[in-house]
Amino acid sequence: MATQTTKQPDVVTSVEVIDGNALRIPMFQLLDKDGTPHKDVKLPEIDKELALKMFSTMQFIRVLDERMIAAQRQGRISFYLSSLGEEAASIGSAAALKFEDMIMGQYREQGSLAFRGFTVEQFMNQLFSNAKDLGKGRQMPVHYGCADLNFMTISSPLGTQIPQATGYAFGQKQAGEGHCTLVYFGEGAASEGDFHAGMNMAAVLKVPAIFFCRNNGYAISTPISEQLAGDGIAPRGVGYGMKTIRVDGNDILAVYAATQEARRLAVEENEPVLIEAMSYRMAGHSTSDDPTGYRTREEENAWRDKCPLKRFRNFLLAKGWINEEDADAQQQEVKEAVLAELKKAEQVPVPHIDEIINDVYDTPTQQLKEQLEALKAHVRQYPDAYPKTSEGVK
Amino acid sequence: MAKMNLLQAINSALDLAMAKNDKVSVFGEDVGHFGGVFRATSGLQEKYGRNRCFNTPLVEQGIIGFANGLASQGSLPVAEIQFGDYIFPAFDQIVNETAKFRYRSGNEFNVGGLTIRTPYGGGIHGGHYHSQSPEAYFAHTPGLKIVIPRNPYEAKGLLLSSIFDPNPVLFMEPKRMYRAAVGEVPEEEYYIPLGKADVVKEGSDITLVGWGAQIEVIEKAVELAEKDGVNCEIIDLRSILPWDADAVVESVMKTGRLVISQEAPHTGAFGSEVAATVQERAFLYLESPIMRVSGLDTPYPLAHEKEYMADHLKTYEAIKRSLNY
Repeated sequence: MATQTTKQPDVVTSVEVIDGNALRIPMFQLLDKDGTPHKDVKLPEIDKELALKMFSTMQFIRVLDERMIAAQRQGRISFYLSSLGEEAASIGSAAALKFEDMIMGQYREQGSLAFRGFTVEQFMNQLFSNAKDLGKGRQMPVHYGCADLNFMTISSPLGTQIPQATGYAFGQKQAGEGHCTLVYFGEGAASEGDFHAGMNMAAVLKVPAIFFCRNNGYAISTPISEQLAGDGIAPRGVGYGMKTIRVDGNDILAVYAATQEARRLAVEENEPVLIEAMSYRMAGHSTSDDPTGYRTREEENAWRDKCPLKRFRNFLLAKGWINEEDADAQQQEVKEAVLAELKKAEQVPVPHIDEIINDVYDTPTQQLKEQLEALKAHVRQYPDAYPKTSEGVK
Repeated sequence: MAKMNLLQAINSALDLAMAKNDKVSVFGEDVGHFGGVFRATSGLQEKYGRNRCFNTPLVEQGIIGFANGLASQGSLPVAEIQFGDYIFPAFDQIVNETAKFRYRSGNEFNVGGLTIRTPYGGGIHGGHYHSQSPEAYFAHTPGLKIVIPRNPYEAKGLLLSSIFDPNPVLFMEPKRMYRAAVGEVPEEEYYIPLGKADVVKEGSDITLVGWGAQIEVIEKAVELAEKDGVNCEIIDLRSILPWDADAVVESVMKTGRLVISQEAPHTGAFGSEVAATVQERAFLYLESPIMRVSGLDTPYPLAHEKEYMADHLKTYEAIKRSLNY
């Protein structure tokens, strides 16, 4: 039988009011904004190969985001979400995990997925909702997922992935193979009930999960000052009795080191960890959003100065692991690869109409089969009204 | 065979499922050492340990979110929501997550191992918040299966099928019958297929359709009608999603008359779906309009519970109206 184990509080005899901002959590940082390590810091052990993989993934994501926003503006895809300015937070954290660890994204972590090995072609097939998309063209662009890469399919409702991460990690703990789950969410999503639910359950049930908050300052147009009072998200971890780290989300080495320590705590000690990565959403919320309506150019410029890509690039240049020429050449190569795959993916047709009833259940029900037959008969009757699928039902 | 009440039958199904597959776990509010407020999970923690039968914090959206994640990892969670009336904080997790997990990922991931157990229904002086029958909200959700047993035998066979079905199942238990219904139940495991209705009683004059605790109400009404010389057929849907339309339509084609008796409020209850389907598929066989007997379109009242309920007398009157139309 379990017992009441909460410590009995000490007694005071006058009213003591604790300030809501009593807990000021510092931010862990290794590199200054120009990429120079702070004096006497211990940098994480990252070999050249890994460092270059992190860097090339950052470059790729920057190109991908830029190119796909343009594609949306040209009407080639319906929607896009850029991760501009937040590449270090996603890529640095993904790099600190083992491949077998599960990643659950919110929707701005294309960097983590690319780091895991999602190919340019796979990105494009999802963005164009074509027949080769692993998600069978069922969700809006950017809702990636890939079982082979241990990257859970993204869903739009905010915060729902947080208690799911607790459950997934509980299963990993039961399996005893030493794996964990890392779940991403924004500071806005941390206002959802699911955040509270997932965090509290993880702390109580002691599961190997890392709750990675990308505090990028905005939830669409709502600034953090209108999202929460108090010192950000990190103090909430302490409230749940959870180990907590606040890190500079634009410093990829600090993000890597913080996540590495969180992973150790999660896997070796079954201690869930909250990481709050401080960053800034340089892009609009999505292609449907225009930030000029709610924030100033000065604010954006101040953060542009803290660019995570520039910072890591400077670090690698100083270390002699890259040179300007090669880095630029790589960026150019990636641009061409993205463009080539984009052109291929937009030519691939949508999935066959039969896919519309698959995967609702493990096998389609009688009702679904009847509905599909009726639909196909209708498409045959009006083929011109349904040009994307009528060929397939002749 | 042993005599079991509905709770013992549920407990037996959980026990056998946990013994059969160590990926089956049982959790929810107070389900651990205490065995649940209705004692459906009694003894399971002692037998299978705290990692497989445990208390969760008091947060329904968390319980189902957690269960979704655990199921997506490959486990077979059986999550308990203490009362159906308190399932609504988890509505988003069930409707937007559980139900769409497989479809939205193109079958990259699924939560087919998940079963959600929850007691539903009135007749226990539970007032607004311990009496509701919320099945229709969920029946509007492609991707879920919804199963509602009527007695201990059905409960055990259907729950075992639900736990091992490769799709998420919402298993709604008629709490009024938990201790009131006692019957012969095999001690070993057995499986009743999901999505198949059961003809509880064959008849030729009129078809009565219901599910869960309402079958007992229908049986009482039929006793009265049969004294009047009316030969009634009773169909228990057992599953309302997907539901066995063929069985109902076939029966109505034979009898020409249909009464649906349901606990839930009238407007938009699942009986509306049954009625719409039957008139589409058996219009020319109908001798009279399809009758629905339901709760009133009010919140579930306390002092007026008897008056509110779709009881056997109201059902009996509907049978007469159908026959005398």
